[in-house]
Amino acid sequence: MSVVTNTTTIGAIDAPSRRNTELMLMVFAVAISVFAYANVGLALNGELPSGMLGYGLGLALLGGIGHLAVRRFAPYADPLLLPLATLLNGLGLAIIWRLDQSERFQALTTFAPAASKQLMFSAVGVGLLVVVLVALKDHRILQRYTYISMLVALFLLILPMFFPAVNGAKIWIKIPGVGTIQPGEFAKIIIAVFFAGYLMVKRDALALASRRFMGLYLPRGRDLGPILMVWAFSILILVFETDLGSSLLFFGMFVVMLYVATERTSWIVFGLLMSAAGAVGVAAFEPHVQQRVTAWLDPFAGWGKEDASEQMAKSLMAFGSGGTLGTGLGQGNSDLIGFAANSDFILATVGEELGLAGMMAILLVYGLIVERGVRTALAARDPFGKLLAIGLSGSFAIQVFVVAGGVMGLIPLTGMTMPFLAAGGSSVIANWALIGILLRISDTARRPAPAPAPSPDAEMTQVVRP
Amino acid sequence: MNKPLRRIAIFCGLLVLALLVRVNWLQYVRADELNGNEHNRRVQIERYAHERGNIIVDGKPVTGSVETTGSDFKYKRVWKNGPMWAPVTGYSSQAFDASQLESLEDGILTGNSDQLFFDRTLSLFTGEKKTGGNIVTTLNGAAQKAAFKGLGNKKGAVAAIDPQTGAILALVSTPSYDPSAFAGNSLKDAEARQQLLKDKDKPMLNRALRETYPPGSTFKVVTAAAALENGLYKGIDDKTDSPLPWRLPLTTGNLENEGNIPCENASLREALRWSCNTVFGKISDDLGNQKMIDEANKFGFNEEIFTPVRADASIYPKDNRPQNAMAGIGQASNRATPLQMAMVAAAVANDGKLMQPYMVAQRQAPNLDVIYTHEKEQFSQPLSGENAQKLQQMMETVVKNGTGTNALIDGVTVGGKTGTAQHGLNNSENPYAWFISYAKTDSGSPVAVAVVVEDSQANRDDISGGGLAAPIARDVMKAVIDSKK
Repeated sequence: MSVVTNTTTIGAIDAPSRRNTELMLMVFAVAISVFAYANVGLALNGELPSGMLGYGLGLALLGGIGHLAVRRFAPYADPLLLPLATLLNGLGLAIIWRLDQSERFQALTTFAPAASKQLMFSAVGVGLLVVVLVALKDHRILQRYTYISMLVALFLLILPMFFPAVNGAKIWIKIPGVGTIQPGEFAKIIIAVFFAGYLMVKRDALALASRRFMGLYLPRGRDLGPILMVWAFSILILVFETDLGSSLLFFGMFVVMLYVATERTSWIVFGLLMSAAGAVGVAAFEPHVQQRVTAWLDPFAGWGKEDASEQMAKSLMAFGSGGTLGTGLGQGNSDLIGFAANSDFILATVGEELGLAGMMAILLVYGLIVERGVRTALAARDPFGKLLAIGLSGSFAIQVFVVAGGVMGLIPLTGMTMPFLAAGGSSVIANWALIGILLRISDTARRPAPAPAPSPDAEMTQVVRP
Repeated sequence: MNKPLRRIAIFCGLLVLALLVRVNWLQYVRADELNGNEHNRRVQIERYAHERGNIIVDGKPVTGSVETTGSDFKYKRVWKNGPMWAPVTGYSSQAFDASQLESLEDGILTGNSDQLFFDRTLSLFTGEKKTGGNIVTTLNGAAQKAAFKGLGNKKGAVAAIDPQTGAILALVSTPSYDPSAFAGNSLKDAEARQQLLKDKDKPMLNRALRETYPPGSTFKVVTAAAALENGLYKGIDDKTDSPLPWRLPLTTGNLENEGNIPCENASLREALRWSCNTVFGKISDDLGNQKMIDEANKFGFNEEIFTPVRADASIYPKDNRPQNAMAGIGQASNRATPLQMAMVAAAVANDGKLMQPYMVAQRQAPNLDVIYTHEKEQFSQPLSGENAQKLQQMMETVVKNGTGTNALIDGVTVGGKTGTAQHGLNNSENPYAWFISYAKTDSGSPVAVAVVVEDSQANRDDISGGGLAAPIARDVMKAVIDSKK
C-alpha cells in the first residue's frame, strides 16, 4: 500500500493564503489615503496638491514593499493586518499634512512641518517590518531572549530620566544628528517578549502552586517575585518620568498576559486592586495627575486658568463641531487645540473634519486590528506565541482606548499617541515592528502543517488478519 | 489558554464599544451644546468667515465688509460715515461683539437666521458663496445729514419720525464715534475702544434713545393734551383760570415764568405761545397726578420702546402735588428721551394717532428677496382728532409768532414747541435746549422731530430751545420735505 495516510490532527488541508485578498485591500487602503490627500489640497488651496503624486507613490511603494515581503516571507500571515495599518498610516499622513497647512501653526515660532518626516519614519517602520519578517524566521526564537529583553526594556525605560523633560514628561531621549526618540514605544514590544517568555515557563507554578487566601489564589513569592519587581520598577520609573499613559499600558498588558497564562480570574481582581491602589497613590502625590483629573471632571471649569483643562475643552469642542458628517478635511478648526494637535490630539481633527462617521470608521479599523491580533493568539499553537500575540494586541487595544478615551473625555487624559495616525517617529516605527511580529505569529499559526514524511515503517507494517 | 483569550477578545470589543458609544454621545447628543459653548472660537470664526450683509439707507448701504489678514477672522465690518450712522447701526466688532441693529439683526446680517433656511438650502446646491442678508432701514439720508450737521460739535441728539407711519427718519447723537475704529481684533482696536469708553463726553452713548433729559417746556404739549382730553378747557382761545402769581400747592413759593410774559388767565393758545409755567403748572395740578400719568403713558411714557433697538423708558413720575405741578411743565423728575418727544409731536401731527416707531422697513435674503416687510401699526391714541387739531393750531401759533419762529419754513405749515430744561442741583448747570416740531403739507404731516442740545460751552443766557434747537429741527424737516419732492 503506497497510500499516504494522514495521521496528524492538524490537517494538511491547503489553507488559502489570502495574499490576493491582502493586495486588493492594500490598493483600497492606498486609494482612500490618496483621496484624503487630494481632498485636503482641494479644500485648502482649491487645487490638487503638488506633492500628491509623490505622496501617493510613496505610500503605494510602502504598502507594496510590505505586501511583497509578506508574500515572500510570511505567505500565510493574516491578510487584514497590513492593509489596516497602511490605511491608518496613510490617513494619518494626510491629516498631518493638513495640520501642517494651518496658518495658526505657521504663525508659531516652534512650528515645523511634520508630514514629510512622518513619511520618512513610515518608510523606516515598513523597513523594520521587512527586517522582522526576514530575520525572524520563527517567533519562538524570541523566547531565548527572555531575560535579555528584560534588561533592554529596563534600560530603555530608565534612559529618558537623564534627558530634560519635554512638555512635562520625561519620555524622550535626544541623540544629536538623529533627533529625539521615545524609547517607551519600543520598550512596549520588548517587555511583551519578556512577559511572554517568563510566563510561559512559570505559568503552571503561578496557576497551581498557590495558597488559597480569602477565596483568592495567592502565588508563591519566588514565582511572582521577578515579574512583580520588573513591573513595579517600570511603573515607578514611568511615574517618575510622569508618563502616565505608558504606566497604564504596561500594567494593563501585564494583567492581561498573566490572566491568559494562568487562566485564573483572581488575577484580574488582583490587577484591579493594585491598579486602584496605584492610581490613588500616584494621584495623591503628582500635581500633574491631579490636574489631569480635574480637567477630566469638568473641562470647561479651568478655562483660562489651566492649560490642561483648556486643551481638553478645546478637544471636546472640536469633536462637537464635527457633528455627524464632519466639516470635511481641511475645513475645520481643530488646530485651535494647539501644539499637540498632530500627535496626542490627532483624533480631534478626525472628529471635527471627518465627523462621527469618520470617527466610527477609524475606531472600527483599530478594533479590527486588535481582533485580528487576538485571533492570531487563538490560532497560535505554542503558548509563547499565544502570550506574545495577546500581549501585543492587548497593549495595542489599551493604547487606543487610553488615547481615544482621553481626548474624548471618557477617561482622564494621559498623553500617548494614537498608533499609526499620530505624528511621531518612534511610535510609527515601533508599531510597524509590532505588526511585523503579529504577522510572523499569524503566519506560523495559519501555515498548514507539513505533510508528514512518508514513514519508512508504514509499508513494513502488516495488518494481521485472522 | 483559549478560554481567557476569548474573554480578552470580548474585553477588547467592549473597549472599542465604549469608545463608539462615547463618540456618538459627544458628536451627536452633545454637539449642539458644544458648538454653542461661549469659549468656542469657531462661533466667531464662522461669524466673520463670510461677507456680512449690509444696513441700507435710501437704497444704498451705509456699511460694508472688507477682507482682513493676520487673524482667523476673514471679514471685518466697515461703515461709511460711521459717526453719523453709529446711533442707527450700532457696532459689530470682531473682538467686542455687536450692538443695536448690528446685534439685533445679526441672524439676517450673517445669513444664519432661520428665516433664511430655504435660501441657505438652495445655495447648498448651487454652491454659491455664503453671504449675509440686508437690513433696509426707514432712515432718510438727507434728514440724518442735516441733523448731524446741525448738531455739529455740540452735544445733543435728534430723533425724527414720519408721523403717519412711525418710520424713524433720523437718529443722531453727538459727539459720536466711528464703529470702524474698533471693528477688528487688533491691539489698536482695543486701544481705540478703551479711548472711547474713557471719554467723559460718552461718545458711545446713543443719546437719541438711551439718554433721558428733563423735557422742559416741550412737555407742555402733553399737559395741554391732557387738559383738552379731560375737558378741563374746551376752547383753546377761552380764558383759563390762571392767577398770577400762582402759588405752588402746599408750598410757600410761587411758580415763576421766564420773564415778564402775559400769562394771567391766558388762553391755552397764548399760554403755549409764551410758554407760561403758571398756566401749565396749574393745569397739571388741577388734573392731578393720576390723570397726568395716564395721558403721558398714552404718548409712550413709562415703558421701553423697541424700534427694534431699545429706547429707555421715559418717566412721568408718580409724585406729590407740588412735584406733579412741576412735572407738568417738564421739570422735577419728569424725564424723556428725544425719541419720546418726537413721538409726542408726531401724535399731535397725525391727528392724535400715535404710530409705533420703527426703523427696519425690510429684511432681505442674500439674493435680495424680501423676507419681511414692516406693517405700520398704531401705538395708541393719546388724543382725539378734534383735540389734536386744536393742539396743532396752538403749536403752529408758537412757530408763527411765538418762541419758535426759527423753525419757520417757507410754504410749509410748521408746528412746534421750544423748551429750556433746567438741570443740576439748584439749577446750577447749563440748561438743555429742546425743540419739538412737525411739518405739514397737503397730504398730512411727513415729519415730526425732536432736538435736544446739551451745550455746556454756550453762554447761559443764549441757551433757549428756540435759539439753539429750532434751526436744527427746521433743517431736518426741510430735508425730509425736499427729498419727497
